[in-house]
Amino acid sequence: MSLMKRISLIFRSKANKALDRAEDPRETLDYSYQRQLELLSKVRRGVADVATSRKRVELQVNQLEQQAAKLQGQAEKAIGAGREDLAREALTRKSGLASQITSLKEQQATLQGEEEKLVLAQQRLQAKVEAFRTRKETIKATYTAAEAQTRIGEAMSGIGEEMGDVGLAIQRAEDKTAQMQARGQAIDELIASGALDDASQLNAGDDISRELDALSSGSDVEAELARLKAGSATQPQAIEAGDGDILAEPEAVPVEGETTEGGRA
Amino acid sequence: MIVRILGEGQYDLDDHALDALNGLDSQIESAVEAGDEAMFRTALQGLLAAVRASGTHHDVDSLDESDLILPPPDATIDEVRELLGDDGLIPG
Repeated sequence: MSLMKRISLIFRSKANKALDRAEDPRETLDYSYQRQLELLSKVRRGVADVATSRKRVELQVNQLEQQAAKLQGQAEKAIGAGREDLAREALTRKSGLASQITSLKEQQATLQGEEEKLVLAQQRLQAKVEAFRTRKETIKATYTAAEAQTRIGEAMSGIGEEMGDVGLAIQRAEDKTAQMQARGQAIDELIASGALDDASQLNAGDDISRELDALSSGSDVEAELARLKAGSATQPQAIEAGDGDILAEPEAVPVEGETTEGGRA
Repeated sequence: MIVRILGEGQYDLDDHALDALNGLDSQIESAVEAGDEAMFRTALQGLLAAVRASGTHHDVDSLDESDLILPPPDATIDEVRELLGDDGLIPG
């Protein structure tokens, strides 16, 4: 396995080089253990960072989906009002959002995957660090500096390889997250600027937005008018059913009472 | 024999199981040399799948060194070249 063998040798030698050796090999153990704990907290931070990025992408997906639903509603209203041109524009913008949403969902899946990988890497490292700590205490308690050399070498190279692996995993997750953060920033800015309201991102979008607004407020007015008309048609009917005298009488009594009271006061 | 898939952990494999993977290894090698990303991906996925299928998870709390270290499943040719050091391409 020539290529893979080569990768293995280089990876291992790099991992071992990264571990500094102290004069007393037993000090090397403590030093290395310190580094392992640092790496453990680094991988935990990595998990938290990736999770934060993932949540941010989720939030953006929600915002864009709301926007898409709004455009859908506008398209329906426009069709109801016989404005096919406006409906077409709204649907065009909606389809522009759809591709953004798809790409964000892909990012979300990638980040989720990185997060899971880091969590597993953290668990593996945790197990090895724990094993190393036990081994370290045994070596320090049992062997003299000279005797300890071989045992330390074994423990160190085993943990060194794991640390190299975890270090690589963190670096790759950071790279992927950084790429997405840059894109995420751009989308946040677009959402904030309202530019995504006009998915076509043309200035003409503003006019159409206004027309749609006018259309919806226009139809609101019509709906209100219709309700008022219906109300004025039914109200007199109900009152008439109770007869005109009843309308006059109850109104007349309190009005009289009030006027007398008002007169007295 | 212990094989590590980077980002995934260590597997125990029989030596003869590993022999069967040599064909895939040379495919990966020629894909890296040719810069053929599609062929590289296929061969790498095949190799890693074979390791997972014929291997068992090595104890997580062992401090054993791996005999073989394989790139992560989503590695690109460039990343493999990086793993190989600055000089990149494998001679011969």
